[in-house]
Amino acid sequence: MYRYDSYDQAIVDARVEEFRDQTQRRLTGALTEDQFKPLRLMNGLYLQLHAYMLRVAIPYGTLSGKQMRKLGEIAGKYDKGYGHFTTRQNLQYNWIKLADAPDILAELATVEMHAIQTSGNCIRNISSDQYAGVSADEVADPRPWAELLRQWSSFHPEFTYLPRKFKIAVIASDDDRAAMRLHDIGLKLVERDGVVGAEVYAGGGMGRTPMVAPLIRDFIAEDEIISYLEACLRVYNRYGRRDNKYKARIKILVHEIGVEEYKRQVEEEFAHMRELGLNPPVEELARIRAFFAAPAYESGLSDDIDRSNPAFALWVDRQVAAHKAPGYAIVNISLKPIDGIPGDASAEQIGLVADLAEAYSFDELRVTHAQNLVLPHVKKADLYAIWQKLVAAGLAEANLDLITDIIACPGLDYCALANARSIPLAQKIAARFAAAERQAEIGELKLKISGCINACGHHHAGHIGILGVDRRGVENFQLLLGGSGAEDASLGQITGPGFSEDGVVDAIEKVTDIYLAERESGERFLDTYRRIGMKPFKEAIYG
Amino acid sequence: MGAKTGLWGGDAFVKILTGNDLASGDVIWWAGDGWSRQVSDAADVGAHGDDLARAEEAALRVVGAYVIDATLGEDGVRPAHIKDRIRAFGPTVRPDLIEQPTEADIGKWVI
Ligand code: HEM
Ligand code: SF4
Repeated sequence: MYRYDSYDQAIVDARVEEFRDQTQRRLTGALTEDQFKPLRLMNGLYLQLHAYMLRVAIPYGTLSGKQMRKLGEIAGKYDKGYGHFTTRQNLQYNWIKLADAPDILAELATVEMHAIQTSGNCIRNISSDQYAGVSADEVADPRPWAELLRQWSSFHPEFTYLPRKFKIAVIASDDDRAAMRLHDIGLKLVERDGVVGAEVYAGGGMGRTPMVAPLIRDFIAEDEIISYLEACLRVYNRYGRRDNKYKARIKILVHEIGVEEYKRQVEEEFAHMRELGLNPPVEELARIRAFFAAPAYESGLSDDIDRSNPAFALWVDRQVAAHKAPGYAIVNISLKPIDGIPGDASAEQIGLVADLAEAYSFDELRVTHAQNLVLPHVKKADLYAIWQKLVAAGLAEANLDLITDIIACPGLDYCALANARSIPLAQKIAARFAAAERQAEIGELKLKISGCINACGHHHAGHIGILGVDRRGVENFQLLLGGSGAEDASLGQITGPGFSEDGVVDAIEKVTDIYLAERESGERFLDTYRRIGMKPFKEAIYG
Repeated sequence: MGAKTGLWGGDAFVKILTGNDLASGDVIWWAGDGWSRQVSDAADVGAHGDDLARAEEAALRVVGAYVIDATLGEDGVRPAHIKDRIRAFGPTVRPDLIEQPTEADIGKWVI
């Protein structure tokens, strides 16, 4: 894992002290809220529906046990005993006191964490594949690039006041587990003639105008990625629609001027950048890469798993993924218990996962955009012991990528922008489909809920998506079908008129019934939908 | 709850003032002579809400103060919009976390 050098630490520490002073001045009235708001937002502190909310960055979703433990401690000491893992590989605390915020940031800094650039019109936390470094099919571990981008984008003076927020994802496998093409810029590492580089996608995003990012360059060599991105951002910074907040994302620019014209301008800028020699020295990438060296896997381990306990076997089949090293496995920990809140974890659960990471996973864990956790390097021989501890902590749900593994944004229960509540709906759907056999019968089905058009819950990218709308002061839900955030990215289509909370649960049941009746062998819900189209589903729902 | 006269029908429409406590961030309601954490204490601010909001913000007692519509009936004060009722009650999915207003059937009160 990456470790801060003295520059990183000094910057973060200085930032904490600066914010302590700013907070003090706010509390004593030297700063008005209008003056203070942009300052607190730069440090991830929002004012939400019930209280201040702090958003902490988890760079490319990787954490050590110590960092995770600190997140749990903060939840217990300063919040109401829990935190919320988000679709952007961040953690949100919902009940923060302004007076405590500087102390919390100081505590985070002791474990090399911060909340910088988790808000505002800057380059946000870089997201990545939760299986980075451990999946067999990747070209290279994407995290050294993500870290390089983090360093490049942190306090980048030119990109601190972009037209709008900017989100970048980096992956390195054909399987896209990071919704890469739904980011402002997506990088996919590829190898060409023995040289590692990246495919670059630009102009994706969700929100009110969802778009799947088009490919704008099919190869940029690794030592030029930074200056190429610099060019992409420059063109956006210059021509992005600052006149209209709703049209200010890069996706609108790319759409309005056209992919070819955007590409042309980027290439022109890039040619200019090349002359300036702005790429970081290759030694820096090498230095960073050394931090991500594979841990010292033991050799000669057995791949056998004792499956005599049926509940354990079920969990293994669902939650455990193949690891590149023999005898090891990737463990997915569900944060979606049937009656729980998607993405929430208690201070104790966070602490337990920190312990597990230290004891069984080379002190490393990951958070996923689907609001789950991952232990990336577990010996198969340790799976049973881990499972038992997860069971005791209420973390052993076996539902990865099934209909109850729901992504849900905080919605109207927590969010001031919301139209409707996402979480109670997620709970009702999970309760309806709780039976393990039924979930298994339906198979992979990614269900995603947002409480408003901002799409924090990725509803456009759900095989089934749900969007909360306000119908004359009453919560109402639109249903979408056919979206995907994976390598087969697509945007869901609205079925028709919206539903009440109970109505939408019934509609989903009708949708899954049609799928089960119509599917051909080996088809997932999404495949069947793509083959037979919207019509049969619509008839079943509204007919 | 359950008043036979119709749920909130016949109630008076009032304006109340809400915001967050500057230092703690807690949701607070203007009670006529100061701020309360209980919506049931909220007082009708009539046409003075905005002036009061600015004065109280300047006095560092509240942040993000705003005036909302509410009804006043035999069951007390009830914000007109679900968003403010959830602010009054807390997240509907974590009723364990929040001091509740006095209504017996809080679920119906919010939704
Ligand atoms: C509760 C506080 C939150 C606020 C105020 C908020 C606000 C917003 C807004 C305004 C947008 C639309 C931006 C645009 O289209 O220009 C957005 C997008 C997004 N937010 Fe949030 N959000 C919140 C929480 C979350 C949470 C909890 C998550 C993760 C579960 C999240 C993840 C995202 C994602 C993935 C997008 C879509 C990015 C895109 O449009 O490309 N946000 N958010
Ligand atoms: S989608 Fe809307 S309701 Fe949900 S967290 Fe984002 S802004 Fe809030």
